[in-house]
Amino acid sequence: MRIVVASGKGGTGKTTVATSLALVAAEQDAVCFRDCDVEAPNAALFLHPVLDSHREVGILVPQVDAQTCTYCGTCAEVCQFHAIAVIGGKTLVFPDLCHGCGSCTLVCPEQAISERLAVLGVIDSGSTPEGIAFAQGVMNVGQPMAVPILRELKQWSPAIPPAACGEGARDIEIRDAPPGASCPVVETLRGADFVLLVTEPTPFGLHDLKQVAAIARDLGLPAGVVVNRDGIGDDAVGAWCAANDLPILLRIPMQRRIAEAIARGTSLVAAAPEYRSGFRDLLEDIISRVPA
Amino acid sequence: MKQLVILSGKGGTGKTSVTAAFAHLASLGPFADRVVLADADVDAANLELVLKPRILEQQEFRGGQVAEIDQDRCAVCGACESVCRFDAIVERDGYYVVDPIACDGCAACVYQCPTGGIAMHEQVVGNFFVSDCRSGPLYHADLFPGQENSGKLVALVKQHARRRALDEHRLLLLVDGPPGIGCPVISAVSGADLALIVTEPTVAGIHDLIRTLETVRHFGVRALVCINKADLYPAGVEAIAAQCRASDIATVGTIPFDLTVADAMVAGEAVTAFRPAAPAAVAIAAVWERMSAALMNFNTPINQDV
Amino acid sequence: MKLAISCSGTTLDSPFDARFGRAAAFCVVDTDTGAWTAHANPALSATGGAGVQAAQLVAKLGAQSVVSGAYGPKAFDTLSAAGIAMLLAAGNEARSAADILALFQAGDLIQAGAPSHTGHHGG
Repeated sequence: MRIVVASGKGGTGKTTVATSLALVAAEQDAVCFRDCDVEAPNAALFLHPVLDSHREVGILVPQVDAQTCTYCGTCAEVCQFHAIAVIGGKTLVFPDLCHGCGSCTLVCPEQAISERLAVLGVIDSGSTPEGIAFAQGVMNVGQPMAVPILRELKQWSPAIPPAACGEGARDIEIRDAPPGASCPVVETLRGADFVLLVTEPTPFGLHDLKQVAAIARDLGLPAGVVVNRDGIGDDAVGAWCAANDLPILLRIPMQRRIAEAIARGTSLVAAAPEYRSGFRDLLEDIISRVPA
Repeated sequence: MKQLVILSGKGGTGKTSVTAAFAHLASLGPFADRVVLADADVDAANLELVLKPRILEQQEFRGGQVAEIDQDRCAVCGACESVCRFDAIVERDGYYVVDPIACDGCAACVYQCPTGGIAMHEQVVGNFFVSDCRSGPLYHADLFPGQENSGKLVALVKQHARRRALDEHRLLLLVDGPPGIGCPVISAVSGADLALIVTEPTVAGIHDLIRTLETVRHFGVRALVCINKADLYPAGVEAIAAQCRASDIATVGTIPFDLTVADAMVAGEAVTAFRPAAPAAVAIAAVWERMSAALMNFNTPINQDV
Repeated sequence: MKLAISCSGTTLDSPFDARFGRAAAFCVVDTDTGAWTAHANPALSATGGAGVQAAQLVAKLGAQSVVSGAYGPKAFDTLSAAGIAMLLAAGNEARSAADILALFQAGDLIQAGAPSHTGHHGG
């Protein structure tokens, strides 16, 4: 069971919901958590994993053997990103333009191109005190591309399987998505079973919710909504969800003490244990909505 | 002409609400009719919800190319699938088809197809708009959901806005940036004279602020920090102030946690227009005063103790 | 020798464009005879790598020198590899490609010894 927590708009409480859902699930099930917001990964601040494993990840970029190269220019011709130029008896490679597709390596008639890893970021992994298997992608500052890191993060499998405490424990994977509604969100959603959309009842929240809901629909994924900071703004989110058959699975009221606790790095269910049962129901509700 | 970009790192710190208030404040003072606005957060374009633009010009935005397989020429050999590193070629009912969302546009498959049955096609991935709004000309865009935000659409929005500002001898180009630190942010920061980072005193906000400061420094842009929702976590404000001192970055003030900001959003107005006496509105106006002075006169010391 | 000038139109009278990778066109002038040709820049709408693409065009056109307002690091490397001399002219006043040619012939243009900026992104 793979659940993605997404939001469109940033700061709606995506990480708050994802981490609390993981903590509640871990009381019974085997939970694996992937923080897919590689530009601004924050889930570790609430789950406190011991991250004892680090792996550099990136894309494979070409390196040209000057002895073998005949400067025929085929590699430069096929590169859609102008990452190779053959000019003045030299073959220049610009790794920061390269997308790592490997096309140049395949077409080189002299097999003069080999590939090396250009590092874009790191996958940190480990486990939390509750036994949640945890991994996060961290993009290096100044790098433009998040998706190659995400792809690696999705392939990560824990060295130590997550602890399963309960009878009939299920395998639950929770992915904390990046904000926005572009490529990295799609990559996070790909292969998921359910999308939990966290929003706030404001025009900004609704506008961005619609964008991500459209992606979930295009991918054919079942989805449900959590309204966070309920009570602020208006109820246009509720009306839109009703009109679009998108169930609202949980409402979390705006409470200053919750906001203050989260600011300090306390998870929602630790700061407000009365939400524990709400999150447990949310988890069962999600599972019941995924076709077996 | 000066270019100011508003960033946040973490989403939801109030970046767009602050930008909208700045746009409103700029329309009143010495900047009246001298500002051009640009929304560089093209995959969650919210500034429009407050500024209520009247669209004057619209054009389709063509993004990268995607591969398309001509089924009449396909020999179903699978060569394309085996070379694609983006899992964009999928077998469906005995045919190979391209998943246009996964396709990176590298054309590796085009060159490996033995029957020449794959071609690249340009895609319309969003719209670009030139509008007018209460606070001045607005350049904005919407990227269709799920498309690649390569930064090119951000660059296009900024390029047009910048040209307008230069042509009309305007004083300020105000850019609402995207969250994060990736390509769209790099594109939004490029060429800016000053970046104002709107942060919040939360563990997540501070974590992302550090990464945003590194990014801005990496591209050699001067930065200022403003702390929103400052009263939520006083120890966090201390931590931000210490971080800023360590990085030699000035703080230009704090804004209290104030639900009037959400009410203003619902009313479709900048909080400074909606309720000028609200605590957040008063604080934003003070930040604007200090920041606009700093922007126009780079020699003025601007540090505001927090 | 052949001199390429970045410009925003396809005649020698069109305005000089100080941007290298994103110039609309390049005028290539034979400085001995005054004969010129103009070539649209295919990199104008490139998603990325405009500097590399424009440099390849200038090399293909056989220019030995080029005049523009600034060169990014990738354009600089590519033009250097091709052995093309990079000259700088300020873009802040209205001048035509012909004006730039006159400056070149008067020996008033300086050579770029290093990339002018750290490069642009996403466009």
